[in-house]
Amino acid sequence: MSAEVEETLKRIQTHKGVIGTIVVNAEGNTTLITSTKVDYAGLLHQLTMKARSTVRDLDPQNDLTFLRIRSKKHEIMVAPDKEYLLIVIQNPSE
Amino acid sequence: TVLYVFVFDLFLLWQLGIGGHPNDILPLTLTSATQELFGCRCDEDVTGDNPYKILRKEDIVQDMRMRAAVSDFSPMKQLVLDYPEDELLLVYDRDFIYGSSFYLVLTADAKERHLKPVVALGVEVALEREPSEVFAAQKTSEPQPWISLGSEQEIEEESVTDSRPRYRISRVRREFGSPIFFSDRNAMETKDGFIECTPYQDKNFSLKQMERHTGVQTIPNLKSSSTQTQWTYPRSMCTQYEPREFSEEKKENCLQSEKLKNFVNSVASRFEMAIQQNEIMDVFFDDWKALSEEDSGYGRKADPHLKEYQSFTDLHFSKEKTISNINWHPTINGVIAVAVTERLSFEDRINGSTKLLLNPSLILFWSFSDPINPQLLLECPDDVFSFEFCPSDPNIIVGGCMNGQVVLWDISTHVEQLQGTRTSDKRENETPVVRYCAVSGIENGHKAPITDIQWLPGTFEVSRMGVPMENKNGICVQIVTCAPDCCVMFWDIRAPRVLQTMADQRKQKVEEKPLENPHGVPNTFKHLDLTWKPLIRVQHISYCQTQLQRVLSTTFCPQDGELVYTDWKLEKDNDSGRLFSAKPSHRFIIHDGQVNTVRRSPFFKDIILTVGGWTFAIWKEGVTNGPIIQSSCSQKKCTVGYWSQSRPAVLFIGKEDGNIDVWDLLEKTHEPSQTQNITATQITCIKPWIVSSKQHLLAVSDHLGTLHILEIPWTLRSPSSNEKLSMSKYFEKEVDRLVYFEKRREMRAKEKKDYEAEELRKKMVRYSI
Repeated sequence: MSAEVEETLKRIQTHKGVIGTIVVNAEGNTTLITSTKVDYAGLLHQLTMKARSTVRDLDPQNDLTFLRIRSKKHEIMVAPDKEYLLIVIQNPSE
Repeated sequence: TVLYVFVFDLFLLWQLGIGGHPNDILPLTLTSATQELFGCRCDEDVTGDNPYKILRKEDIVQDMRMRAAVSDFSPMKQLVLDYPEDELLLVYDRDFIYGSSFYLVLTADAKERHLKPVVALGVEVALEREPSEVFAAQKTSEPQPWISLGSEQEIEEESVTDSRPRYRISRVRREFGSPIFFSDRNAMETKDGFIECTPYQDKNFSLKQMERHTGVQTIPNLKSSSTQTQWTYPRSMCTQYEPREFSEEKKENCLQSEKLKNFVNSVASRFEMAIQQNEIMDVFFDDWKALSEEDSGYGRKADPHLKEYQSFTDLHFSKEKTISNINWHPTINGVIAVAVTERLSFEDRINGSTKLLLNPSLILFWSFSDPINPQLLLECPDDVFSFEFCPSDPNIIVGGCMNGQVVLWDISTHVEQLQGTRTSDKRENETPVVRYCAVSGIENGHKAPITDIQWLPGTFEVSRMGVPMENKNGICVQIVTCAPDCCVMFWDIRAPRVLQTMADQRKQKVEEKPLENPHGVPNTFKHLDLTWKPLIRVQHISYCQTQLQRVLSTTFCPQDGELVYTDWKLEKDNDSGRLFSAKPSHRFIIHDGQVNTVRRSPFFKDIILTVGGWTFAIWKEGVTNGPIIQSSCSQKKCTVGYWSQSRPAVLFIGKEDGNIDVWDLLEKTHEPSQTQNITATQITCIKPWIVSSKQHLLAVSDHLGTLHILEIPWTLRSPSSNEKLSMSKYFEKEVDRLVYFEKRREMRAKEKKDYEAEELRKKMVRYSI
């Protein structure tokens, strides 16, 4: 893994409350790097695709940049790209 | 007569309708001379009320002959002559209905009709008519030929006549009286042997409906068809999946790729922002809702007091007695057991020992459904000071008696009754008494009253050497007892042969004697009865009394104000080869009086409450300087204490004057948050119990033998937000304080020493000069 990538990811991971990070290939539900439970990958990939298509349907010039899902227990953040998907799960402050 | 006229008029009117005047009367006018002659003067002889005059035919004829054409009757000469009867009726027509003042009735029928009205109206009318009827009937009726109206047929029917000719059968004289011989004959042989009535279709009865009345309605075209569907039935199926992952090699390739690097760099900033936002504050946190939790609920705020829910006392069994221990039944709701003991001093006990023997000691089971009668009684060999339900099997109860014996009961046969499921058909007026099924031998037990008894947890087991081991069964099998005879004993309830017996333990009897069962006691612990020996005996140096706590490897044995903390691992003395226990590791004297309670907090594993004398203290395991919190002395002695089951900062202290002090350590620590008086005498035991999230109960027993059940109000049972966290912080603070004081003390001591050394040196310098 290149040092830069590693460093950036580490920076994200060391924030307070971050439970895990996942990098997903945009083609299918494949994961590249995981720090936590893997089930997030496939499910979030589908959700992100759906969200993106929704945004584009509303305005074809628009595109999805960031997706945040807040649940009772934690917050899931997804950043989509053409080829990859970065997912971060964080526990918000108590 | 009025009525009569009315009817008559109607009749005439009807006839008038046909043709002026009816045919059978003839209106005529009579001159006054004629009237005088016939005696029918108007309004004198004949009136409106009495208009009828009977005239004799002969008189009329004579009149006609005498006066010929002048006679008023001449126009009707022929009619008069033709009249069949002798008397004619002349009617005075006062109202001129027919146009004349009189009219003559021409036919006999009409005459009859006139004289006798068609409708007989009333008796008076009939009576009125009688004279004229009689008058009319004076004429004797002539014999007429009999007209048959059919009555002779009835008479003929009644009479018996031959309906057919009589048949005569004759025989030859010589055959008179001879027997008759019958023979058979086939009916088919002769031609007319039988007469047949063949059935035939009677045309009368084959009706054909030629006409029919029906309704018709059009409907859309109906077409029915069917198809075979595929029958699906539910099947249990499951799928298991795992996310697809790249192979290791491919992963490496990806990770190295340039694209990934760019991607990560570009998106990282977004993440940073988002994560930092979350760190700063939680935007979804509802402050308003959180605020309301701290207030007591608006509608329920009222009463922070413990409310009396129910109280139990039994005149029969708990008179003159006190309750020494309470225990809630772990599984059955609403059932609570109390140990009832005599409240006599030691001397009184000895003096009255014979009487005591007659009154067996009991443990009473109360149920909320019946506040008057206890549900179950457990018989004990002697007063029980403490007893416990087995955590793994609530039907087994162990108790420690005053004479040092350990007693076991098995109440599995009565469980249904306690649960209230038994039908009340055979409601016994007597409360069932369960006898103990096993008791330890008096020589083997304690030499002093057993003050506390605890089950070891089911995952736990202690070997002969005192080494804790894992109990694979999960059932509680071991008990710990302690008594003021400086002993802590461990007992095992399994049959001795299960244990790894050592060579010198042959005193234990292994075989189970087939004893008869006189009291109907279950045989659960027959192997232990009377032969039970403790597993381990731990000797203490000092006079030890009460209160063990379920611990992992240590015990607290408090006594007269002294708190002793030891480890009960048996060590082997190398010299003599005997086993003895280690010395207690720490001793504290904090309380002024006897320590009666040692309890761990249900929320913090290492926080222990001790109550004794006039104070209570909270200790933390591992902190050996002293208690981390100690209360101030109260007015009255504290007799018992207990942590609250639901709020980490609340504890209940029972006093000798019957008060319960509720301490909320987060609210104030110098005095109790509230005090409530429950009873007039000393409180002997407190046990809280959580029935449901809406109902928390507190069982309080007093010295007079009454058990009070109180309901804990909302304020005392629902924890404030972060109460546990606050409490743990508080405890930490207190620990720091202790540590600080300790350090300061050391520092001060050192300072003092240094100061003194300095002084000494100065003095010496001075003197040396």
